[in-house]
Amino acid sequence: MTRRVVITGIGVRAPGSSGTKEFWDVLTTGRTATRRITFFDASPFRSRIAGEIDFDAAAEGFTPRETRRMDRATQFAVACTRDALADSGLDFGTLDPHRVGVALGSAVAAATSLENEYLVMSDAGRDWLVDPAHLSPYMFDYLSPGVMPAEIAREVGAEGPVTLVSDGCTSGLDAVGYGVQLIREGSADTVLAGAADTPVSPIVVACFDAIKATTPRNDEPETASRPFDGTRNGFVLAEGAAMFVLEELEAARARGAHIYAEVGGYATRSNAYHMTGLKKDGREMAEAIRAALDEARLDRTTIDYVNAHGSGTKQNDRHETAAFKRSLGEHARAVPVSSIKSMVGHSLGAIGSIEIAASVLAIRHNVVPPTANLRVPDPECDLDYVPLTAREQRVDTVLTVGSGFGGFQSAMVLHDPEVTSL
Amino acid sequence: MSSRRAVITGLGVVAPNGLGAEEYWKALLAGESGIAELSRFDTSRYSARLAGEIRDFDGAEHLPSRLMPQTDISTRYALAAADWALADAGIDAGAGIDDYDMGVITSTSQGGFDFTHREFHKLWSQGPEYVSVYESFAWFYAVNTGQISIRNGMRGPSAALVGEQAGGLDAIGHARRTVRRGTRLVLSGGVDSAFDPWGWSAQLAGGRVSTADDPERAYLPFDGAACGHVPGEGGAMLVVEDAESARERGAPRTYGEIAGYAATFDPSPGTGRPPGLRRAAELALADAQLTPSAIGAVFADAAGIPAFDAAEAQAVREIFGPYGVPVTAPKALTGRMYAGGGPADIAAALFALRDRVIPATAHTTSVPDSYGLDLVLGEPRPVRADAVLVLARGRHGFNAAVVLTTV
Repeated sequence: MTRRVVITGIGVRAPGSSGTKEFWDVLTTGRTATRRITFFDASPFRSRIAGEIDFDAAAEGFTPRETRRMDRATQFAVACTRDALADSGLDFGTLDPHRVGVALGSAVAAATSLENEYLVMSDAGRDWLVDPAHLSPYMFDYLSPGVMPAEIAREVGAEGPVTLVSDGCTSGLDAVGYGVQLIREGSADTVLAGAADTPVSPIVVACFDAIKATTPRNDEPETASRPFDGTRNGFVLAEGAAMFVLEELEAARARGAHIYAEVGGYATRSNAYHMTGLKKDGREMAEAIRAALDEARLDRTTIDYVNAHGSGTKQNDRHETAAFKRSLGEHARAVPVSSIKSMVGHSLGAIGSIEIAASVLAIRHNVVPPTANLRVPDPECDLDYVPLTAREQRVDTVLTVGSGFGGFQSAMVLHDPEVTSL
Repeated sequence: MSSRRAVITGLGVVAPNGLGAEEYWKALLAGESGIAELSRFDTSRYSARLAGEIRDFDGAEHLPSRLMPQTDISTRYALAAADWALADAGIDAGAGIDDYDMGVITSTSQGGFDFTHREFHKLWSQGPEYVSVYESFAWFYAVNTGQISIRNGMRGPSAALVGEQAGGLDAIGHARRTVRRGTRLVLSGGVDSAFDPWGWSAQLAGGRVSTADDPERAYLPFDGAACGHVPGEGGAMLVVEDAESARERGAPRTYGEIAGYAATFDPSPGTGRPPGLRRAAELALADAQLTPSAIGAVFADAAGIPAFDAAEAQAVREIFGPYGVPVTAPKALTGRMYAGGGPADIAAALFALRDRVIPATAHTTSVPDSYGLDLVLGEPRPVRADAVLVLARGRHGFNAAVVLTTV
């Protein structure tokens, strides 16, 4: 008998909002939260737009010691963890710590802190032989970011399996998928899963500038992220986090928990093609989608909404559209598909979890978030992308997907636990 | 969980004291050390100078030239080790295995750090336009999984995990999980390297690196005079395969089975609850359906810091009884290779099962009686057992244990 896994608590930090409710408001009103970079002087860079979060650690309840100890991405993850715990109504003090696990995703982990420390140690890049006299005691943790899931484990008292899943831009999907596997196989009963990334830092901006992956549409920051639009020319870098309480279904029911959704199926495949490039045919993402549906034991026609990766690069949106057609067949033309990156940008490893949050909230509220900034059709992107305006409709089952550097293609099927399998 | 069994059919090791799995194993048995003064840059201003450095590896000899400008040294190690492991397993162009049936699951704790330090330096000393077009993927923690997948056409379930020194065993554990869920083969393991000045400084910031100057007295696992560890670089890649699949395709050899795996996390300091290493080992034994008496050797985490050594000795003592099992730490000859350490230990442990001999813990001479530890010292020791236990701990509280058995 397979153990089933459900989401019973959510915490989100995304651009334009400071919690789950506000996040959903942003998505359903189609507001965009991308802006000119304010965190540093971005004038030397090609792309000068980002989805930044106005995060106030003190107002979030972090003590000065916590603020000093935790990298920004870790603070995000911990803030989301606290929200998710409160939302779940689960008293972690009553759980056996040995049966609680953590699966945190992050693509570039402590990148921002690394850069801050680099500037001090190298005297703003002057010294190749960095100066050990200016070595932060936290520098090891920025190099080797196991501390990130460790902080979550401390927060909830987890003593079961704890890991950092770092699969680039699919980390947020894959970390939740990892957590689901831990519960299914019996290694844990409760898992804190999710992801955080805070990459709005010069080195990361420079990385994507170098390959022209991010948009140079600097004069129109609010409408710069244009997934599936004919004028799209790159993604908008962002920061963010989302965390979930994952529980075994029967345990959640027994305590009378509010259940957001069941994680019915998850799969990941690799394209084995190129570290950053995508083939047009979408073959491997289609295979991940097929495998995730298979695991959920759901027919593709049951999908009510597809939460797309939709990064807004030329190649991604074309690739993804092909993958949907290949995996969903005729249903690809019937089902609404949208990208919340049009509003909150692309927070690398975090976005997969933020998109799971959006998917779960779509099920809860029976609303499909729109693709903002989609005004000019692209003949190669010819599905129903829910342009500009949210859509009220019945949503019981959602497919959410991710695609990332290294060739990772991941898919997850979320559904109301009352949806019966085939 | 299904009854599918995960076996290891290929090994590739890149270590400071040996390139290639057999070479590494021979070096362990002969007590050949890879620890010496770090030669990559002038270390005179840093508090530690000894490292387990790989000195005779030329990436260009092993990899196509187009991969050279886009890879960090750690990725070159990973790609070479992967090639060797696949060749060892007789996997030639997939060996008839569907591309979706082959995954890649690796661990690194430091990413492509030497590469990224160079790019940080270019960004801040010259400007954004000088940053490499490869930096976006040469740096991040998933790079080795991606590059190995591309090089070998492996399209199955893949991942990258980070858990400092425990991460390598977690990758192997996840590979086993993936095989048991239905994927035929997963190339898995870990490597690390951060021997540029910034990476080196960052390792020193951890406060656990030995500042001793004598290569034979710097890293002394379980010795009363233990004074920290020597950082190493390198690691191992293993071919983890469904036993039935290996039999069907006529795999040239099977080194052993991953019979048990478990991961735990330490309680928060101050709770008074015991650390999780013992529980990880016990869970792995239970997973393997073995009692402690079946274990012929323990490959220890071997922190080389008295408090941590004492804690590990206590865990081993509580499971096996005082002096109840031979314990060894071959990493005394390589330094701690972080994500590479666990997989390299697995390679050594599989050879120990094959050759019926436990390599000694080099350099350590005097183990406190209070540890109650039967540490293999001096010469390798014969063993007649069909199972071994491999332990690893990662900074901040990660514990992982793997039980390997003969098949």
